[in-house]
Amino acid sequence: MDIYSQNILDHYKNPRNFGKISKPSASQYEANLTCGDIFDIDLKIEKGKIIDMKFRGEGCAISMASASILSEYLIGKNINNIQQMKDKDMLGLLGIAVSERRKNCALLGFSGAKKALLNYFNK
Amino acid sequence: MDKYRKQFPIFKQKINGKPLIYFDNAATTQKPKQVIDAIKNYYETANSNVHRSMNPLGEKATKMYEGARKTVAQFIGAKNSEEIIFTKNATESLNLIAKTLGKKILKKGDTIVLAITEHHSNVVPWLELKKEIGIDLLYILLDENGNFDMEAAKKHLSEKNVKILSIAHASNALGTILPIEEIIKVAKINKVIVIVDVAQSVAHIPIDVQRLGCDFLVFSGHKMYGPTGIGVVWGRKKILESMPLFLGGGDMILEVTQDDFIAKELPWKFEAGTPHIAGAIGLAAAVEYLQSIGFEKIQKIEKELTEYLYKKLSSLEILEIYGPKTDKNHLPLYAFNVKGVHAHDVADLLGNAGICIRAGHHCTMPLHRFLGIPASARASLAFYNTKEEIDIFVKALIEIHKKFK
Repeated sequence: MDIYSQNILDHYKNPRNFGKISKPSASQYEANLTCGDIFDIDLKIEKGKIIDMKFRGEGCAISMASASILSEYLIGKNINNIQQMKDKDMLGLLGIAVSERRKNCALLGFSGAKKALLNYFNK
Repeated sequence: MDKYRKQFPIFKQKINGKPLIYFDNAATTQKPKQVIDAIKNYYETANSNVHRSMNPLGEKATKMYEGARKTVAQFIGAKNSEEIIFTKNATESLNLIAKTLGKKILKKGDTIVLAITEHHSNVVPWLELKKEIGIDLLYILLDENGNFDMEAAKKHLSEKNVKILSIAHASNALGTILPIEEIIKVAKINKVIVIVDVAQSVAHIPIDVQRLGCDFLVFSGHKMYGPTGIGVVWGRKKILESMPLFLGGGDMILEVTQDDFIAKELPWKFEAGTPHIAGAIGLAAAVEYLQSIGFEKIQKIEKELTEYLYKKLSSLEILEIYGPKTDKNHLPLYAFNVKGVHAHDVADLLGNAGICIRAGHHCTMPLHRFLGIPASARASLAFYNTKEEIDIFVKALIEIHKKFK
């Protein structure tokens, strides 16, 4: 299957929730230094729910699209949902078969969001 | 060209049903049968430990290992083979120099001069000394055309406190070949110790340490058709002898008591533990392979490839090419980005078409920051590549751009 499906390319070119939250509940800088992808991720959490997620930075089509898709999925969800999410769940959300060499790209935003949540709990 | 290609067994395979086009030679080159056979032959007929096993195989292995050292010495014009130290790669070679010579002679406030194009292996060991001793690093930047800035080099090298110039002969990210002899002359006028990293140039340009006039030279075997895991430090005997030890252990000692030890003489004092014997033998086979073709021939083929690659890439408006816009004094290597497409996606899609390139920062993050780009794609060719492959590659780039439009 072509991993550069219309859906992925659409999220790459028009990433959803791209930007910054002015007073985030938690943030995380996440980088994949082998390829130079960098994201800043902000979460806004209220009453155990993610009410907003924004991300910004630079990345390839796969990392941008997966962060964009993740943000759409997470907004409105209970924070327990992210805590229980595994890598395979993120890859499932993407809906494409990601090769081993692109897994880091596909999981970059997810890994950042998880770390942001950890920061939130450790506050 | 076919004649040489046939000597590399890897090209027999297909990727996704398409012929393998290997444009990642700056990361590592493919290995000819001659090198693979030399390694195989060693393991099948002579495998033993060197310098210690009092048996016929040990004698044979030692002879082959030390013979490899002689071959490498002659290859780069070293006066004698004691000046050749085997390491695991150019990175370890640079670390060896920084952690022995560097620690011995550098004091707080001393300065190391580097080029902004340096590979991380020639940045990080010095940054460690910056943290440890308090030395300063001074970078020679690029001029407005993306060329090595000779005027800046002259200025930096004449500043007081400059003790060492450590510089790559050719940029692994941009493909530019530096005017190394001229640079070394300036350094020497200022009595600066010169380390030259030829990891990127040694497979393309004949190297002669006497003509260069440097004090140290480092390279890896695997970027010149040899195996991975073997690298070289060449140094002037006098300086090497004065340097403190690197790693301690077997093979680098003459005598050990409970309280003390005596180190061996050159070159073994820097080679602790069982070395990569097969690697050294494989490297010598790679040297002989290069010599059997001859640099004249290699340079002729690669010049044509560089010119053709540059002509094709520079005619594509969908590309942004980094570094000086020229095919002169240039390796068959260009870094670029396809407009609107991340380098990683370019590499992935090319990979599906059987074309192997590199995407990322090529271990040159300071350079990428200086250029203001997060990542780039890099195509690096060798004499076994062809113009037909360049045509297929260019077509694929156009297709990728279309896909993202």
